[in-house]
Amino acid sequence: MKRPEPVQVIKQRRDAALRALIGQIPYIQFLGIEFDRRGDELTAILRFDEKLIGNPMLPALHGGVTGAFLEIAAVIELTWASVWDDMESGALKVESLEDGAPPPLPKTIDITIDYLRPGLPRDAYARARVNRSGRRYASVHVEAWQDNRDRLFAQATGHFLMPTRNG
Amino acid sequence: MTESHKATIAKQFIEALPHSRALGLCLRDIGDGMAEMALPYDARFVGDPSTGVLAGGVVTALLDTCAGASVLMREEVTAATATLDLRIDYMRAAEPGRELIARAECYRVTKSVAFVRAEAWTDSRDRPVATAAGAFTVATGAATS
Repeated sequence: MKRPEPVQVIKQRRDAALRALIGQIPYIQFLGIEFDRRGDELTAILRFDEKLIGNPMLPALHGGVTGAFLEIAAVIELTWASVWDDMESGALKVESLEDGAPPPLPKTIDITIDYLRPGLPRDAYARARVNRSGRRYASVHVEAWQDNRDRLFAQATGHFLMPTRNG
Repeated sequence: MTESHKATIAKQFIEALPHSRALGLCLRDIGDGMAEMALPYDARFVGDPSTGVLAGGVVTALLDTCAGASVLMREEVTAATATLDLRIDYMRAAEPGRELIARAECYRVTKSVAFVRAEAWTDSRDRPVATAAGAFTVATGAATS
């Protein structure tokens, strides 16, 4: 039996794949969204910044920012799930991701955002769950919270058109 | 409050929102329960670098802001509003390099909820990039108990 790879090698490969995926999208950098990885589980982190405020009187996060954050978390989760499978099976080489051949992204068909409470002026977190991922369509649910995981401030469900995969 | 006075306040308020400023949004037109806004194309807002198409999220931000503005433009609405829910349908990619325009209509206001329809397009209004439907909170200014 083949010896398992050293843990650092695996970690490095997975983190490099995630960086290549995130780094290609300018809008993620603009909003200042980061991703924390535990195994294959991702948590999107929206670092608070003054420019994310909608209503300065409250102050509260802009509804559009919250919506964008949820959508990004959903799109990245969906793409990450397929990158992960291809990476683990060896079909995808991380070097090809880093050399500017990023994985094609799914396209949003629709998204419904449910605003549960005002977004406070502090960091926010989101996790997405792929409820169904077929060859053409996918359905993803995503939840966002701030201080307390049990007190969501927004959630969303979106449908996505999967990229056509050649080969 | 006269409509033009309300319009001035709405314009100042909307363009002063930190996130609207960060996006460079400008108000094009406002009327009773209506708002039209434009988002200039910016490479920082791209969602797919292989095509230069804007991220879905920035379309959402524009539609949400425009929808909220249309609520503020209703006579009955006298205080700030917040989004309760928003559904966005994406019909086509925003043309790269072109400004994105959104128009929202707040078509019904009840005691506590405002209902809005909105759409966004780049080249022609007949070929929308996205449409939206949303519900917003309403504070009528009357004492609540």
